[in-house]
Amino acid sequence: MLRDRHLGTLVAVPRLRLWLASAALAVSGCGGPFPQSTLHPHSDFARATDVLFTEIFWWAAAVFVVVELLLVVALVRFRHREGRPAPKPTHGHTLMEIAWTLAPAVILVFVAVPTVRTIFATAGDAPPDALKVEVIGHQWWWEYRYPDLGITTANEMHVPVGQTVQVAITSADVIHSFWAPALGGKRDAIPGRVNRIAFRADSEGDYSGQCAEFCGASHANMRLRVMVESGPGFAAWVEQQKSGAAAPPRASLAELGKAIYTRSACIGCHAIQGVSPGIIGPNLTHVGSRTTLAGGMFPNDSGHVARWIADAPALKPGSIMTRMQPPLTDADVAALVAYLAILK
Amino acid sequence: MSDAPPAPPAPPAPTGLKSWLTTTDHKRIGLLYFWTAFIFFLIGGLEALLIRAQLAQPDGHVVSAETYNQLFTMHGTTMVFLALMPLSASFFNYIVPLQIGARDVAFPRLNAFSYWVFLSGGLLLNASWVTGPLFHAGMLNVAPDGGWFGYANLTERQFSPGPNIDFWLLGLQVLGISSLAAGFNFIVTILNLRAPGMKMMRLPAFTWMTLVTQFLVITAFPVITVGLVFLMFDRFFGTHFYVHEAGATPLLWQHLFWLFGHPEVYILILPAMGIVSDVLPTFSRKPLFGYPVVVYSGILIGFMGWGVWSHHMFSVGLGPIADSVFAATTMLIAVPTGVKIFNWIATLWGGAIRGTTALHFAVGFIAMFVIGGLSGVTHASPPADLQQTDTYYVVAHIHYVLFGGTIFGLFAGIYYWWPKMTGRLLSERLGKWHFWLQFVGMNLAFFPMHFIGLLGMPRRIYTYGPDLGVSTLNLVSTVGAFLIAVSILVLVYNFVRTRRHGQRAPNDPWGGATLEWSIPSPPPVYNFSVIPTVANRLPRWRTEHHGPMTDPPAVPPAPIHVPGGSWWPVVAALGLPVMALAPLTHTLWVAFLGAAVLLFGIYRWAFEPFEV
Repeated sequence: MLRDRHLGTLVAVPRLRLWLASAALAVSGCGGPFPQSTLHPHSDFARATDVLFTEIFWWAAAVFVVVELLLVVALVRFRHREGRPAPKPTHGHTLMEIAWTLAPAVILVFVAVPTVRTIFATAGDAPPDALKVEVIGHQWWWEYRYPDLGITTANEMHVPVGQTVQVAITSADVIHSFWAPALGGKRDAIPGRVNRIAFRADSEGDYSGQCAEFCGASHANMRLRVMVESGPGFAAWVEQQKSGAAAPPRASLAELGKAIYTRSACIGCHAIQGVSPGIIGPNLTHVGSRTTLAGGMFPNDSGHVARWIADAPALKPGSIMTRMQPPLTDADVAALVAYLAILK
Repeated sequence: MSDAPPAPPAPPAPTGLKSWLTTTDHKRIGLLYFWTAFIFFLIGGLEALLIRAQLAQPDGHVVSAETYNQLFTMHGTTMVFLALMPLSASFFNYIVPLQIGARDVAFPRLNAFSYWVFLSGGLLLNASWVTGPLFHAGMLNVAPDGGWFGYANLTERQFSPGPNIDFWLLGLQVLGISSLAAGFNFIVTILNLRAPGMKMMRLPAFTWMTLVTQFLVITAFPVITVGLVFLMFDRFFGTHFYVHEAGATPLLWQHLFWLFGHPEVYILILPAMGIVSDVLPTFSRKPLFGYPVVVYSGILIGFMGWGVWSHHMFSVGLGPIADSVFAATTMLIAVPTGVKIFNWIATLWGGAIRGTTALHFAVGFIAMFVIGGLSGVTHASPPADLQQTDTYYVVAHIHYVLFGGTIFGLFAGIYYWWPKMTGRLLSERLGKWHFWLQFVGMNLAFFPMHFIGLLGMPRRIYTYGPDLGVSTLNLVSTVGAFLIAVSILVLVYNFVRTRRHGQRAPNDPWGGATLEWSIPSPPPVYNFSVIPTVANRLPRWRTEHHGPMTDPPAVPPAPIHVPGGSWWPVVAALGLPVMALAPLTHTLWVAFLGAAVLLFGIYRWAFEPFEV
């Protein structure tokens, strides 16, 4: 994986961040937090791109200052004034031409060498003991599969801190792009093709991201989260996800909800282990354990779940989860909400 | 200012609708291009304002998701194909023949054909805004909504069943024909119709950049046409060029689109660079510094523009070797670009700079384009680009290049050549207001987008949450966009005011070095009463070895025959949008009707005696 390079330039990173952050603050008048900032890396992959960007940024800043300064000086110094002799009709200067051809070329070498090194360092290779996660983009939600653990979930990826994660990205329909900025750069999810990235998160947290390739009506509503947990926390999550679907208590509202679920169109698209095998929509076996709903659009609370079940397209443009025909009664919806809530 | 007295007014030209419909005069066609493109520019700007209104606040509700997607698609498509390219074309048409000492372009009727095809393609695309009811949909429902880049497989029938994408791919095919015809026309014009003594290395820089641009047009447009025809076949005839289930890959579209798309960027920027290279010497009273180097670097940019397309695809996962190669070629393009910028500054250096509005815009071009170029270097580096691509950081970049660059360059051209094209000088006072409002507006609108992108806001999203922390930055950007709109209103007012009250322009209001300033403003229909003989690169200036040329006499010494107009270009051009209606309406006979009109027009055109 990534070796610790650019130690010298790491010093520059906090300075850049300070500069950019303070500039952004000055303009925005608010202090964040910026949950999708690319300038707050929390993995080896994100750090490598950040270090590289910082280096290039300072080269660019230096060139910017020199060029704009020359331009301003020329404008001020050589304004037309009455009585000045006509300017000398100079046509060119070979040495100067050579100089300002070579100068940018040399700077670009200093940009290109670390660029190529970082390209190969972040090519997505991972050690064999890496945690494997398959990411499948759908219009407009993310499916995550953990092939070695037998887990399938949606929109919220859980990974342990300090362990390399090998992410294999593809799509079930159109092209999407998987992006959690704090953990690394984006990679497109392309049907018929598998792209790989690898990252090792270095601090626990709940990192947000979203689809970065335009993918249709609700492209804006295709958000995601990556929960980086401690080793034991992640192990507990895995245990929970590997267990079967929770059974509702006898004669409860949730049991009624399960009955409605099994006789409605829900089962055509959604999977609940031991209840329904649908593969079009998100797997709901542990939907109650997720914090958000509908591709990360809403908090996973009973109010939003109820509105979502009743009329998904009203909340999410283009959603293929249509209104049920005949419509569900409010009582049906309440029962379904109760059932989904116990599916922890 | 020139000391020569104003020339007598040009002989009256025929007026009326017929004279405009049948004109083959490059100057009139240039004006048609200008006004058509300017109106499309206003429409594209209106779309931008709606986009910015929606994003002014988090969770905006100005437009729906579907409308928003149509707005940003049409904004990009309109600005690239219907505003910037044809605004450049208006200067190619009006100015290039004057700069090379010609009486018209090589193929005047083909030139008229190009214009009418452009107009019909533009109308076809924009008809999608209002023709929803014809497709059993509401208004504002069937405009293209797949992005100006139209990525397959989202644009396949399976995922975009409506006529939206059909409008887009048919409109672009029609526009491509216009661009190709114009491209060949200007190449032949510049190579063959130069006045005696106008050697290639005496061409004005703007004409040189026009030539390079046209070579890019005739090589790049076939590529997107192939891509669009594949897409059309996929959508209408069930082929599978971009369908991965059938063993193909949607990435083919991305390669074809960007193989066109990157040269297209240079098609948009090179003419503006040419304008700047003409404006700076005039107003600093100094020849262009390093003329051959500026010309060669323009040619080099044109060539290198073909080897960088995959830098639009770094997140696609092409592998580390391809990424490294395309990173290197992309960075290399910064070298000839930097050379141009240094030569422009050296042109100003030591000059006697007059701060006209045209010079303001030319200098604004340099100042803003440098920012766009430098942010371009930051995403020439694939790992850095993985964080930046498809975010507002890239939106900032393209607007510094295409607005700060191309638009500023084209506006320099407007203020510079307006007196030549209309016979009246635009108000300099209003011009300065326009410049400073636009300069401040664009930096307010686009500079915050760098931060918005780095803070994680993707582009092409119709809504964002307040939790992202970019609400205030977005509001500032929206304020900037509306400030730009105000500046454009000042420009429009300047146009209107100048029409009646503008100061009449002499032959040469600026003391220019090139041939277009040796003839009346506006020029007579035959341009040059006597074709000039050119002895050096700056024919109208006194240099070490030459005095200024004598301008052609105001009255032609011998009668000049000028060919009349022709109906057949506009008739032939009409056939193309009719053919495009066939797939839109799924009606075969309409295709035959359109083809018949096209063939009839071409047949009559071919057998029309030219000297009518």
